[in-house]
Amino acid sequence: MTLAPGKKKEKLDRLAELSAVHDDERGVSLWREAMRRLRRNPAAIVGAVILAAFVLVAVIGPFLVPYEPTDTIGVREKVVSSGHGIIPGPSADHWLGYDHQGRDEFSRMVVGARQTLIVGIVSTLIGLTIGVLIGGVAGAAAGLGGRWGRLVDNVLMRIVDMMLSLPSLLLAVSVAALLGPSLVTVMIAVGMVSVPVFARLLRGAMIAQANRDYVLAASSLGVRKSKIAISHIVPNSLAPVIVQATLTLATAIIEVAALSFLGLGNPDSAVPEWGLMLADAQKYLDVRPGLAIYPAVGIIITALGFTLLGEAMREALDPKLRR
Amino acid sequence: MTLPATDVGTTRAGATDALVEVRDLKVHFPITTGVLFDRVVGHVKAVDGVDLTVPRGQTYGLVGESGCGKSTLGRAILQLTPPTAGEVRFDGMELTRLSAGKMRGLRRRMQMIFQDPMSSLDPRQNVESILTEGLAAHGIGAGRSERRDIINRTLDAVGLPHWALSRYPHEFSGGQRQRIGIARALVLGPELIVADEPVSALDVSIQAQVINLLDELQEELGLTYLVIAHDLAVVRHISDVVGVMYLGALVEEAPSDRLYREPLHPYTRALMSAVPVPDPDLEDRRERILLAGDLPSPANPPSGCRFHTRCPWAQPTRCADERPVLRDVGGTKVACHWAEQIASGELRPHEVRVELVRPGDEGEAPSIVSAPSEPGTYV
Amino acid sequence: MALLDVQDLSVTFSRRGQRTVHAVDGVSFTVDAGEVVGLVGESGCGKSVTSLALMGLLPRQRGVHVGGSASFDGTDLLKLDPRSMRDVRGRDVAMIFQDPLSSLNPVVPIGIQVTEVLVRHRDMSRDAARKEAAELLDRVGIPDPRRRLKEYPHQLSGGMRQRALIAMAVACRPRLLIADEPTTALDVTIQAQILELLKELVRDSGTALIMITHDLGVVAGMCDTINVLYAGRVVETARRKELFAGRRHPYTVGLLRSIPRLDAGRGEKLTPIRGSVRDVLPWTEGCAFAPRCDRRVDACVGEPPAMTPTHTGHEFRCVNPFPLVQPEEARA
Ligand SMILES: Nc1ncnc2c1ncn2[C@@H]1O[C@H](COP(=O)(O)OP(=O)(O)OP(=O)(O)O)[C@@H](O)[C@H]1O
Ligand SMILES: Nc1ncnc2c1ncn2[C@@H]1O[C@H](COP(=O)(O)OP(=O)(O)O)[C@@H](O)[C@H]1O
Ligand code: SF4
Ligand code: SF4
Ligand SMILES: [Mg+2]
Ligand SMILES: [Mg+2]
Repeated sequence: MTLAPGKKKEKLDRLAELSAVHDDERGVSLWREAMRRLRRNPAAIVGAVILAAFVLVAVIGPFLVPYEPTDTIGVREKVVSSGHGIIPGPSADHWLGYDHQGRDEFSRMVVGARQTLIVGIVSTLIGLTIGVLIGGVAGAAAGLGGRWGRLVDNVLMRIVDMMLSLPSLLLAVSVAALLGPSLVTVMIAVGMVSVPVFARLLRGAMIAQANRDYVLAASSLGVRKSKIAISHIVPNSLAPVIVQATLTLATAIIEVAALSFLGLGNPDSAVPEWGLMLADAQKYLDVRPGLAIYPAVGIIITALGFTLLGEAMREALDPKLRR
Repeated sequence: MTLPATDVGTTRAGATDALVEVRDLKVHFPITTGVLFDRVVGHVKAVDGVDLTVPRGQTYGLVGESGCGKSTLGRAILQLTPPTAGEVRFDGMELTRLSAGKMRGLRRRMQMIFQDPMSSLDPRQNVESILTEGLAAHGIGAGRSERRDIINRTLDAVGLPHWALSRYPHEFSGGQRQRIGIARALVLGPELIVADEPVSALDVSIQAQVINLLDELQEELGLTYLVIAHDLAVVRHISDVVGVMYLGALVEEAPSDRLYREPLHPYTRALMSAVPVPDPDLEDRRERILLAGDLPSPANPPSGCRFHTRCPWAQPTRCADERPVLRDVGGTKVACHWAEQIASGELRPHEVRVELVRPGDEGEAPSIVSAPSEPGTYV
Repeated sequence: MALLDVQDLSVTFSRRGQRTVHAVDGVSFTVDAGEVVGLVGESGCGKSVTSLALMGLLPRQRGVHVGGSASFDGTDLLKLDPRSMRDVRGRDVAMIFQDPLSSLNPVVPIGIQVTEVLVRHRDMSRDAARKEAAELLDRVGIPDPRRRLKEYPHQLSGGMRQRALIAMAVACRPRLLIADEPTTALDVTIQAQILELLKELVRDSGTALIMITHDLGVVAGMCDTINVLYAGRVVETARRKELFAGRRHPYTVGLLRSIPRLDAGRGEKLTPIRGSVRDVLPWTEGCAFAPRCDRRVDACVGEPPAMTPTHTGHEFRCVNPFPLVQPEEARA
């Protein structure tokens, strides 16, 4: 490129003078800017603090609990007799009292947190993986176009539509009925419910991105279609999916609790899980309402944490709000 | 730009001075319905038989209203949208029959600039990565430092500072973003640049910066431009030859000064008279040819001359049933049966009944011809 | 007395954690009955916010602050409570927006939308209103108006939608019409139709019109008085011909030199304004245009330049304006 040096210099001076930013500053990528905005959002901070506390409890809590969560210590010491409506409340030794089988409620809450977290994450991951696979294939097929592309896309989307048209609880109950009640069943059931959401979201985002001019620009540069899909379309379509995954964690935790509550979860109530604890507490509502309140509050607060963070992420990643 | 010479089958068969030759190019998009299998119920005839020639080193400007097929034509020439029929010859090579791999190799010689500088840049790529992508795709430049060199020279050419490299598109203003888009096209050292509405998304005061830049670059690098725009003033300013499009076809083609001095086609006249000029005296003086109604749907174009539903000069014979071809009338190419009579004033404009055009309407056939009831009434 | 007298209108948006935006920063202008007044400027200079403020359509919430006065026939529009403002809107002052699709109700046929306005503001019976609505659509050039009454906005083309919107706006024979970029979304041939229609309406009914646009060509063709806005302030105001022939403000001159004109030759050099609209100085620290101005002198920075009046009513906000030229020179 042969530009008269004088002219070039003048051009640069002009632009450098006009631009307030200095050249030693590095550019701010979208993700980093989103992080920056996330940090300034009080809702995001609250959500993040809740979740950090929850994860901390779930990860290291079980190693520190004062009692075995399965140890029916209250029955052994003859202080609990649920048949007679005797379930002592909080005390110095047992911070949240006993449960109906004489186990330490505090230890069960802490260990239950881990179980709830695992179940929430695993079921969301199941939904995310299958949903992203279906949505990704459908989106790529739709983007590729042609007779076969459209057919693949159509078939996949009709399947997803069918899944979407089933009420989610019904879907979960049928899966659970099919595989028999267990924690795995519940996770699969809850995961399946979110498959259509992820699939549609990713496919929609991919099609929207595929129609953006920068994709056309990349093909006019001579970049291969597969490379364009991997390096442009998919990464730009992931933001809404990540936001949705965070929000889905909240609903997954609630849904898992609901299914356990309905008796579709792990039949072995020895392993504490908040939904199951809630279900068990039902019979003793008039004796010890606390037994229902602790897991309920736990579920609500964690779900709230995920929702707050998810919504804040949505806002931070929204291109319209970007300056 | 001192880039490695092209090694892609430069046959240079009929080495005329035409860089691009388009012959009877058609792009029809199928309109489909159906749940699982698509059924084609019609076609949007976005481009419907276009011939044009872009001479090497010159600028060809395409104008027309929204939806007339300008962008589609531009993309079809670059084979970004596969043409339905017709030929596109680039430097003597027929592009429509080229294999995908060959075509990819050729792409470095023909590039595109887009309208919306924001949506044509991947928000996740910084400028360096945007500019490297093309180089990598064609294996230009051995190492990082050699590529850096090419990129820095390109940045200088478009007037962007070098520190722009580490920055992301959203950190620039509209005009600067458009410069990034131009740099991306230039970095491969192309011969042809198709610029689709390069300034229409920019602020008024910025447009001139980009127009001047395109001018300078052409002078320095001997580029050939195909500039697409809806703004006649912009197109006239930068083009040597201007082609006016209406509903998927060229209706007039002339050197830009000549087009302004004596537009021959009724549509060109109307278009020209509709462009506001920032000069109150001229505005008061000039005569407006107001067109009735809207652009008909390209899925169901009017028979005969496509302009006859809105043409103030439409005649009872030929206009509605015979499609005029682009023919030479005193150095201007025009597609109108009555061009000579209109130019000489023998035919005068008349009232046109408005026909309603619905957006996305594929069904309703145009029902009336806006010709005078008695022939000769307006002569 | 002027029909509308806007004095020192200012609108600020403040959000916690962000810098306060002075979207409109002391705008003053007047509109006489039957006059067409143009507000011209690039995007973000405060045109739309000005019109929304006059119509009382800015969100009434914390962080949005409107100052100054806008006296319409003696009443200050800015001080009216929402109820009385609603009455004024539609009856005395009406507005046309840039995007007709988003300002028409998508689920109500346009006929009903026009009829509604007539029933509400002109106390007409439904039947009379329907007849009048058809006449209105006919008047704004919508073919076959009786049939069109039953159609939904999405069934009409952009140009026809804008006509329907104009029909609604003029339904109550307002005394002031505000058009915010009414043709920006349309093609030039359709733009010409709509501008002609607006001119006709103004001529026939004596309605005053505030024409907001970024296109100097549009104002050259139809405005009596033109206000050029930059960064939320009027920087030059003059009668139409005087502004184009005897422009003084560097920004106005820059704009006119940077647009390609249809009647100029191929290759005639354009002189762009450097930088972008982002490069502004806050008005409190001097002339906002200073970072981009070629005529900048020391006096430009430090204190905001005031409007310099002339005996012809031509005013400009600049300490080092272009010298007054004879009209012939200006065009050369
Ligand atoms: N992929 C597509 N599928 C179907 N129809 C299409 C497609 N792309 C364009 N069209 C149609 O082809 C016609 C011409 O479109 P094109 O984008 O070329 O117009 P244009 O002249 O560039 O208009 P504008 O000035 O609005 O950019 C339009 O009717 C459009 O709706
Ligand atoms: N609701 C709002 N909140 C914050 N800023 C706003 C809002 N509306 C407009 N602005 C800002 O006010 C300025 C003027 O905007 P506007 O009047 O819409 O410009 P234009 O002249 O293009 O019509 C812009 O900087 C815009 O970003
Ligand atoms: S052929 Fe007829 S309808 Fe077409 S432009 Fe000429 S006069 Fe008009
Ligand atoms: S006041 Fe100074 S900086 Fe502002 S426009 Fe006038 S000369 Fe330019
Ligand atoms: Mg286009
Ligand atoms: Mg606006």
